[in-house]
Amino acid sequence: METMKIHDITPNDLPWKIRYDASRCTLCGSCVAACSFRAIAPKVERRRMVFSEGDFPEPKTRFSAVPVIRQVHSIKNYCRGCGICEKVCPNDAIGPLRNVDNRHSIVTRCLAGDSVKRGGRKNLESTSRTLDRLRVGRISQMTDPSLDAQRHTFDLLAPFGRILPPGKLPFAVGADGKLQTTGQSPPVRWIYPVIIGDMSIGALSWRMWEGVAMAVAYLNEECGLPVRMCSGEGGVPVRLLKSKYLKYMILQIASGHFGWNRILKAMPHMTEDPAGMLIKIGQGAKPGDGGLLMAQKVAEHIQAIRGVPKADLLSPPNHQGLYSIEESVQKMFLSMNAAFKFRVPVAIKVAASATSVSVFNNLVRDPYNIVGGFFLDGIDGGTGAAHEVSLDHTGHPIVSKLRDCYLAAVTQGRQGQIPLWAAGGLGKTGDLAADAFKMMCLGANGVFTGKLILQMAGCVGNDMGRCNACNTGLCPAGITTQEPALAHRLDPEKVAQNIVNYYLAMDQELKKLMAPIGNSSLPVGRSDALVSTDRAVAERLQIQYVC
Amino acid sequence: MCRIGAIKSLNYVHPSQALLLMQSQQKGHDNSGFAMVMHDLGGIFEGYKHLPTLSLACTDEGLKVAEDMLHAAGFQRVLQWVPEVNDRPGLDINAMPNYVFETFDYPKHIKKSSQKEKEELLLDMRLNLRAALEDDEMGFVYSFWPDVVTLKEIGDPRDIGTYFNLWEPDTKFTARVITAQCRQNTNYDIVRYAAHPFFLQGFTALANGENTFYQKNKEFQRKLHRGYIGFESDSQCFLYSLHYVHRQLGWPLSYYKHVITPLPFEEIGHRDDAQELQAIRQSLSHLEINGPNTIIGVLPDNTLFTCCDAKKLRPIVVGRSSDTVVFSSEVCGINEILPDRDWETDIYPNEREIVVIDNNLEVQRWKQ
Repeated sequence: METMKIHDITPNDLPWKIRYDASRCTLCGSCVAACSFRAIAPKVERRRMVFSEGDFPEPKTRFSAVPVIRQVHSIKNYCRGCGICEKVCPNDAIGPLRNVDNRHSIVTRCLAGDSVKRGGRKNLESTSRTLDRLRVGRISQMTDPSLDAQRHTFDLLAPFGRILPPGKLPFAVGADGKLQTTGQSPPVRWIYPVIIGDMSIGALSWRMWEGVAMAVAYLNEECGLPVRMCSGEGGVPVRLLKSKYLKYMILQIASGHFGWNRILKAMPHMTEDPAGMLIKIGQGAKPGDGGLLMAQKVAEHIQAIRGVPKADLLSPPNHQGLYSIEESVQKMFLSMNAAFKFRVPVAIKVAASATSVSVFNNLVRDPYNIVGGFFLDGIDGGTGAAHEVSLDHTGHPIVSKLRDCYLAAVTQGRQGQIPLWAAGGLGKTGDLAADAFKMMCLGANGVFTGKLILQMAGCVGNDMGRCNACNTGLCPAGITTQEPALAHRLDPEKVAQNIVNYYLAMDQELKKLMAPIGNSSLPVGRSDALVSTDRAVAERLQIQYVC
Repeated sequence: MCRIGAIKSLNYVHPSQALLLMQSQQKGHDNSGFAMVMHDLGGIFEGYKHLPTLSLACTDEGLKVAEDMLHAAGFQRVLQWVPEVNDRPGLDINAMPNYVFETFDYPKHIKKSSQKEKEELLLDMRLNLRAALEDDEMGFVYSFWPDVVTLKEIGDPRDIGTYFNLWEPDTKFTARVITAQCRQNTNYDIVRYAAHPFFLQGFTALANGENTFYQKNKEFQRKLHRGYIGFESDSQCFLYSLHYVHRQLGWPLSYYKHVITPLPFEEIGHRDDAQELQAIRQSLSHLEINGPNTIIGVLPDNTLFTCCDAKKLRPIVVGRSSDTVVFSSEVCGINEILPDRDWETDIYPNEREIVVIDNNLEVQRWKQ
């Protein structure tokens, strides 16, 4: 018998244990083939059977070699609980079980000597969500009849672009008594109030990215919803840059400037302007940290788009050469606005932080009127890859911070001049319409969402530690991988269909929320429509406390 | 429900007409007050059209404070009219001790100043008076403007009319434009300032409805102009937006409608002036109104107009004779004032128009 060694990794140390019923297993091998993490493997077990055949006990022993499936004991190839084995098993013979007593967070660090990295969302659930403590409590009734979500028309559009204060509009009254434009104003695009958040073509599989882009095109061209999608940092396929569909894309530039060489080179060949530009300073899921694309995911086409070798691609935590907010304004002014001859709105994305209001104040007071949107990203948002310690322990909730920024604008009489877009765990419960609506009542012009889009596509991960392996390039759903075999698990058309259907449902639901409060346009800043049964939340957000 | 009305005539009209206009609609409101603003004054004020008249309801102490402040600022009183009151028992009125309408000459130092400077001074003076009289509710300053008087009181409109002897027509207290309303607002506390019509620098507005963008409007307007204060009623927002668009921004009145009830984006896109309309919609999105509303407004040049919210969930009728135009929430009000008019020419404004009455009583209908 082998001596037991306490430091050996066993399934008991790992976050998930494989439940396996040999009596139901047909040994088809599907589970082993499907497990992208190689967390299960076939094995031959030696079995001893004691039996007796006569009328009197005459124990005999028979040895046999039995092929089985067993869990791999490794901190590299450990089970993520994705459940793909269960999905493919014809006999329900195998599946993951959560191991609440695991030692994974300790043994991983002890053995690897490196910080733990993963994808997904914050996995520490200590409190319920603030948004779930808010209700739409102001219902139109007698004196202010509610509207009919089916019959009335609604304007579900939000601005992207710098909006001039009314006194600065370049207007003169013409001889015919009509206002005439006498000068130039910053470009403003009115778009659907839910942007598909920035997920790069390196973070996502090309099939996933294609599915999302297809959904966006379909929503625009067939459904009449002007939904925009942000490219994320990592470039855009040249064919798309040169196509008419570029007008639905918000191009992102972040600290790594990945993909920008190709974008710049494609500019002379563009037939449409992009929908906008988003300068990413920070991200809510890993504030103060740059993008992270592990070498496993830097496939050939990613190398081509980004112009890089196969290596870990780490965007610096900040824009090199960016010294201050004022300079960031200059940077936008000089490079991005000028690049498209001031026809394309340029916005900025920052991680929600205790200092967000100062950043926002600086931008809203900028005298050049060139910051066309403040994208505020809170904790609880998702990411393709980050250090776990960042994911779980850094960041700032979005709700109160968005409210703070809006109220800061109100205090200065500048609300609406820089559109506020919020994200960070919105739609986490699956109901994005309600979250978006509440955020708008608190002052957001619109919201953006990324993680939820992955879930629409079939992501099996959750924020209780399931899967969260976006960083490994081994996404079992084919969403965040560049492995052809895995990527082909995903049907881009089905992805597009799911996203389109979700948006159509959400559109209905937004109207169903607007109708009872009697609003035909988005309720931006209508905090009077919200109530909370939580006094602390009500006080913090300056809304009505009810009980 | 609220009821609103307005009379504009080539001749001077006594407020008894406004009482009659509103009385016939009595079932439609809750008889909790009466308020009116009179523009283009006749009678005893006719000779003083160019000088500001103070409309004040106050205690004895409040009157002294107000007069002292005005004198200290250099205003010289040239006319005072205190309505005789009929304080018989049993009247449903929550009256202030004094109602005074005093006309002042401008301070010497400003007599040669521009009209604009005078207008700013009058506003500052009214705001200062209002602030000074707020303690212990010493008084309520409704207007301080040339050729305008305002009366607001809490109680049954019939009894308020009796108290001020307004049921008896005379030639002393008349105007060519009278706007009136008979109800205290129900959304917030009953305070005299909360009663329509509201007045600011020559602009008057009153509304029937509920402005569900009150919070948005209020938060934005507070920072736009020092005169945008109070917000005791969500309908004050209509006045402030009117003042802002027409006076502060200097845009033609037709754009008021584009600000408060902008066209849907899709319709804007089909217009020749799409660029301007979109810029207006986005820059003034916080002045958009929502909810069912009908607004009546008076401009400094005594133009009278009305418009509705974009879904037209509140009624208004415009009736006219050769020398008078009447706006009323219910047609029975017009029937009372203009029984012999041709009712077939009555106008029921739609949700996308402004009906404008100029000083020749020419009726214009502007499609948004």
